Amino acid sequence: MTALLEVSGVSVTFDGFRAINNLSIQIGEPELRAVIGPNGAGKTTFMDIVTGKTRPDEGRVLWGERSVSLLRMSESQIARAGIGRKFQKPTVFEDQTVRENLAMALRNPRGPLAVLFHRKTPEGAARIESIAEEIGLLPALPRKAGELSHGQKQWLEIGMLLAQDPRLLLVDEPAAGMTPAEREHTTELLKRIARSRAVVVVEHDMEFVRRLDCKVTVLHEGSVLAEGTLDHVTRNQQVIDVYLGR
Amino acid sequence: MPSDALATSARPFAPRRSLIAQNPSVLWFLLALALFTLGVTVLAEMGLVSTSMVKTLGKTLCLCLVAVAMDVVWGYCGILSLGHMAFFGIGGYAIGMWLMYARTEIIVTTSLAAAPIPPTPEEIVDAVGTQIFGVVGSSEFPWLWAFADSLALQLLMVVLVPGLLALVFGWLAFRSRVTGVYLSILTQAMTLALSLWLFQNDTGLRGNNGLSGLQNIPGYDHVPQSTVSLVFFWASAAALAAGYLLFAWVVSGKFGSVIRGIRDNEARVRFLGYHVEHYKLFVFTLTAVVAGIAGALYYPQAGIINPAEIAPIASIYLAVWVAIGGRGRLYGAAIGAAFVSLLSSWFTGGGAPDIDLGFYRIQWTDWWLVLLGLSFVAVTLLAPKGIGGLFDLIPGRRTPDRQGDYGPDDGAWRREEGTE
Repeated sequence: MTALLEVSGVSVTFDGFRAINNLSIQIGEPELRAVIGPNGAGKTTFMDIVTGKTRPDEGRVLWGERSVSLLRMSESQIARAGIGRKFQKPTVFEDQTVRENLAMALRNPRGPLAVLFHRKTPEGAARIESIAEEIGLLPALPRKAGELSHGQKQWLEIGMLLAQDPRLLLVDEPAAGMTPAEREHTTELLKRIARSRAVVVVEHDMEFVRRLDCKVTVLHEGSVLAEGTLDHVTRNQQVIDVYLGR
Repeated sequence: MPSDALATSARPFAPRRSLIAQNPSVLWFLLALALFTLGVTVLAEMGLVSTSMVKTLGKTLCLCLVAVAMDVVWGYCGILSLGHMAFFGIGGYAIGMWLMYARTEIIVTTSLAAAPIPPTPEEIVDAVGTQIFGVVGSSEFPWLWAFADSLALQLLMVVLVPGLLALVFGWLAFRSRVTGVYLSILTQAMTLALSLWLFQNDTGLRGNNGLSGLQNIPGYDHVPQSTVSLVFFWASAAALAAGYLLFAWVVSGKFGSVIRGIRDNEARVRFLGYHVEHYKLFVFTLTAVVAGIAGALYYPQAGIINPAEIAPIASIYLAVWVAIGGRGRLYGAAIGAAFVSLLSSWFTGGGAPDIDLGFYRIQWTDWWLVLLGLSFVAVTLLAPKGIGGLFDLIPGRRTPDRQGDYGPDDGAWRREEGTE
């Protein structure tokens, strides 16, 4: 397993507050990784840095076999390089149908002229339908995304991630607001995706992380506190003190 | 993948659903426009519609076109540009320069033809310069007029100058990620700066006098204005139809999906891998070019253009039309522009009777703006879909493609849970 994403020695400060402090994480391909940590540990900031939303003050973020630096790329370039992101709050285009949402995410040329002269293809339609099937939204394809339930929106967003066909998926709290049955389905989906891709899941819910059954990274005050299996990190005294204990 | 699920719930793949089939409103709009054009032509030939009325209607069609462009940039892409009338004005100036130059040249040549010694070309140019720039105390042709003697080049300017200005302005603004109200202010500043620049006499476009006599088409003096007005009316209708089709195509497919995504959540579109700034720039520039063309058709019908036409208020009016008509749907913008601008000329032209309150007399020439302002606020608060929203009342029209029900999911038995 080679490193697909290599974050090393990254620090970022917001108005004097050190959100990320000398953080180093490596993600392989394929791999399923859970990132946990108390509020303010820097989980979302870590995703912001990898996806280009936030520029770190120092450190390196390298991507892929050729170790390209992500720090000089724009958000859209990073997305085209193969990093997809799911936000904490489901952000789908509510005014558009499920089909349109998926079609927009589908891996195709992204330039304005290419999109303007884009023609639907049977392959594209088949791909949309197979993704819709996977996320359980096949009957909802012609519906407006705004009409979906919270859990369905979360899935639609995961489906949009799949449509992008990324090598690395950054998934922020995928199970928030889901019913137990929906959570189970989401766990299965993430595990299946992680067989061929790198998936990083940020989650609060320990039970959900336990079911993912993968390597866990514990963040605290912007750096890695512990890394290993869930059982390993939950036995760590420091982890117990800052996060699990009390 | 179970194939029976696909067979029952997914629609058959249709790669080439035509634009009209996807958007029946396009057909209805074009049909209404064609009927309107024919009707006005017939009535004008019968003498029931005056020449000035034909001009007013032709101008209104040009305003509809620029409103449709505004709707694409604001209603679809979410860029509240308060500077699109600047591009409209530039289009008018570009065609006005040729109209004025060519016509003055004909007049000068005719008057000098009687002279005992035939005039040299330089003398003609000098005489034309004196005629045009006499009002601002000059007779020299400024560099701006370098191509004024060529219709083809000035027509190119109609497209090129608004396009390039929009490209440069948009590139600077979007690249710095200026959005929302800041961008609106910036576009206001652009149109104000342009208008102030044109007001100066030494800019070379006759300062506050502007360009006049544009209703006279050079070489067609023998054609009566009643015919000229009809020709421009038809040209305006054709331009509106073409522009409407163009924009309907632009906003219908995946491109429309992306720009509506940019309107609703710019950051999300970026994380999908789309270069948002390129899209905004494309839309901004394309709509600016169409605005320029609309202006080039408008001002020969108005007869005169001056820098006041490019004042910031003009672009604000444009936004008001689109808001009242209903943004996010092209026909809404066209209806809004036609309705409000015609109503405006009725009220300000003394068409509306004054209301005597006993202690005060409401004169609509003064109070029309107050009424317009109030209706703008009322529409924004009470009917955000605008006049176009009325069409949603037609049963079955709002969601023609809908499948499945609206209700809660099968998994959520809210009523049953509530009684436990």
